[in-house]
Amino acid sequence: MTVTTFKPETAEQAAEAVRWALSEGEPLDVAGTGSKRGLGRPMQTAYTLDLSGLNGVVAYEPEELVLTARAGTPMAVILPMLAEKRQQLAFEPQDTGPLFGRPAGQGTLGGVLACGLAGPRRLSAGSARDHALGMEGVNGRGEIYKAGGKVVKNVTGYDVPKLMAGSFGTLTALTEVTVKVLPAPEDTRTLLLAGRDDAAALDALTRAMQSPHEVSGAAHLPADVAARSGVRGVAGVGGAATLVRLEGFGPSVAARVAALKEELGADAVLDREESLAVWGEIRDVAFFCPHPNPPPLGGGGDLGNAAAAPSPAQAGEGWGGGNDASLLWKLSVPPSDGARIAAAIRDRLDADLYFDWAGGLLWVATPSADSAPAIRGLLNGSGHATLLRAPDDLRASVDVFQPLPESLMALTRRVKDGFDPRGILSPSRMYAGV
Amino acid sequence: MRMPEPDAGVIARRREIVSALRAIVPGEGVIVDESELRAYECDGLTAYRQLPMVVVLPSTTEQVSQVLRTCKEMGVKVVPRGAGTSLSGGALPLADGVLLGMGKFNRILDLDFANRCAVVQPGVTNLGISNVVAHEGFYYAPDPSSQIACTIGGNIAENSGGVHCLKYGLTTNNVLGLEMVLMDGTILRLGGRHLDAGGYDLMGIITGSEGLLGVVTEVTVRILKKPATARAVLIGFPTSEQGGDCVAAIIAAGIIPGGMEMMDRPAIHAAEDFVHAGYPLDVEALLIVELDGPPAEVDHLIGEVERIAHSKGCCYSRVSNSEEERLAFWAGRKAAFPAVGRISPDYYCMDGTIPRKALPLVLQRMNEMSEKHGLRVANVFHAGDGNLHPLILYDANKPGELEKAEEFGNDILRLCVEVGGVLTGEHGVGVEKRDLMNDQFAPVDLEQQQRLKCAFDPEGLLNPGKVFPTLHRCAELGRLHVHKGELRFPDIPRF
Repeated sequence: MTVTTFKPETAEQAAEAVRWALSEGEPLDVAGTGSKRGLGRPMQTAYTLDLSGLNGVVAYEPEELVLTARAGTPMAVILPMLAEKRQQLAFEPQDTGPLFGRPAGQGTLGGVLACGLAGPRRLSAGSARDHALGMEGVNGRGEIYKAGGKVVKNVTGYDVPKLMAGSFGTLTALTEVTVKVLPAPEDTRTLLLAGRDDAAALDALTRAMQSPHEVSGAAHLPADVAARSGVRGVAGVGGAATLVRLEGFGPSVAARVAALKEELGADAVLDREESLAVWGEIRDVAFFCPHPNPPPLGGGGDLGNAAAAPSPAQAGEGWGGGNDASLLWKLSVPPSDGARIAAAIRDRLDADLYFDWAGGLLWVATPSADSAPAIRGLLNGSGHATLLRAPDDLRASVDVFQPLPESLMALTRRVKDGFDPRGILSPSRMYAGV
Repeated sequence: MRMPEPDAGVIARRREIVSALRAIVPGEGVIVDESELRAYECDGLTAYRQLPMVVVLPSTTEQVSQVLRTCKEMGVKVVPRGAGTSLSGGALPLADGVLLGMGKFNRILDLDFANRCAVVQPGVTNLGISNVVAHEGFYYAPDPSSQIACTIGGNIAENSGGVHCLKYGLTTNNVLGLEMVLMDGTILRLGGRHLDAGGYDLMGIITGSEGLLGVVTEVTVRILKKPATARAVLIGFPTSEQGGDCVAAIIAAGIIPGGMEMMDRPAIHAAEDFVHAGYPLDVEALLIVELDGPPAEVDHLIGEVERIAHSKGCCYSRVSNSEEERLAFWAGRKAAFPAVGRISPDYYCMDGTIPRKALPLVLQRMNEMSEKHGLRVANVFHAGDGNLHPLILYDANKPGELEKAEEFGNDILRLCVEVGGVLTGEHGVGVEKRDLMNDQFAPVDLEQQQRLKCAFDPEGLLNPGKVFPTLHRCAELGRLHVHKGELRFPDIPRF
């Protein structure tokens, strides 16, 4: 299919494109650089709205903890700029590029928010939605509107910026976003427990989370996953690696490492370089990437990505699930259910998996194309499973996102209708007909 | 402030409506007696009062569902209410509306320390949650100043904050799951004990929706381990500008204090006269900076904050060396509102947020306004996040003074918007700031918000007259005129 791409450079041009699409009844695939096109249901539109031309930081005021940028501003610009002022996006946004066999560092700020991506620090610092403060965008009626604000504390009107996070462009084409930024930790260390089975590991992670030591990452890599790490201190364990991250000011990290090492009976402490590298792998699911592309040792995941230049949206067209044969599932569950669910998955499927968020997040790679019923059947109505990577045809036929109960689905349709009554903006990217 | 015109037809059917409600909630759960209704005539914004047509106090989710469905079928408006501590009139009743009190939903349902969450009914108080998890060393982080009385359901409606929210987030950042009922009686569950609800972030929209979208019947909140220790520094400055500079420098140094409060001279004096906290009286701005966390961190950061304060020209600094002393530092700040109440018959508490760098300008303009309106103002300020609480001093018994105070307040909030801030940081829009919404938002912005409301409550029966200055019918908002082919192919870069 020939795809025509609109690449507006102003919000007004974006609105004009939407109004045209509305008048023609032609749906648009709303994208940034297209680096996350493999997420969600495959789009089959003849027109793409490429927002990567809406590029540039509008205001960055470190002391106000606020950053406003046009939605298509590359993360490769945002992250080094924040790092220079020793700040960060605390939700630790994932870079999904390598997961789909693409280079790292191609995403945009708008794309990160629209896909609601967050990394290991989701556990303590919240997700993308928790850092979304304000926005401007074009709704499916072709109107430019704004919501939220440009200050860190605001309850004026509905919190629409949160609704944008994880809506995958189906409600509004974002043109500008304001996010909360926070200080980057001065130091990072990781406690490592070697050779624990899943249950013992998750028990240790729970105890770490129940401690007052302000843990900011809690993951468990079973032996076969740990072996794939590019970090010697992890792969060299020769068995499972259970990891607990402590971040903050130097004296504080040192004291907490000492105390928690004792309390958990940890076997080793990873230094700053190794910590940054392994948490980058955990964040970006490097263990299940088609071409293992771990961040360079010591560079940190974020900054290591900065060199790669973004590519235009059409580069991602038709790109599906990568050349890795395996499907990738992302399960969010109550942490105390993590070990049970993992055991049942291993029992039913040929699968590799590891745990983040203290057991509340499972990354599951399986070659089984009909894994959906087995995986979703284990959730007992508590939590959700997303098919994060799969070939196009499978993502078109299997529910990519956890199916919603009918009453919630009906409300979801009405919300969509309230923003995009004619289904112009990325229709069916999340749910068929929405 | 005009509320929607009461519907005489509905009021005429009061008896029929009451008997329909009695069929759902038996016995004393339906209140019609005027003297009993009086208890519900206002919330924390006492300047506005209205007797509700009838009060209903359900005790189960099923009853809430039936009440809402019945009201929808009968075309009757509903105003939900928690403890009634709203400072913006969010729970102000309607003469032709049912007031839905959630006070009977006061049970703790589950404490789940393994998953670090608590499942409670919405009528449980904010502090009540912290109290029931305290034996395991946990607490619920958001701490609005009304936390003894306000309920978690009300906190969700208002997205309440508190002095610790710069570090620990607002309500929205601490809620994991909700059960709620829509106006048509539909019962929905969002989220749970896991992170991230699936699908659209409806929980993010419900939180802070001021009771306009649904009625929350169960809440799952995140609980945190109490910080191992907390210490505070009291810092005085000769000018408010230096105080603001110090706050900016602390944050630029990568320090996010557990609490960072600022008071201006009138507030310092009122507080000191009232509780004798030991505040210096010869400063223009007083900062309380509280560091919490592991002792090694707190000791390190106290040193850093003192160093920064001196570099910014502080003329007073004192570090708390005991828990007693720390609480004394806070006693003055926490008593600031009643302290101001002692020096003035009445006061009106405002709640705007500004970019912190605009503080000197805002304080200066506020002084000018104070002279113009002939009313005094005292300022307490959540300095870390730029949330201002100007307290306007007035005397309601003097004719016209309440109106003058409101006018002054409106001027302050318009100023907040003018310098890049917002109308409300934590108290909500309610009826109080409803008519100022046009100062912050364009009509197209508000229409988009109201279309979201239409998805939840298409007849506009839930808490109408709050938040939005102009009510539109959903059919009117949904209208879309599209003429095929009328727009030329957009003249923008394409491939």
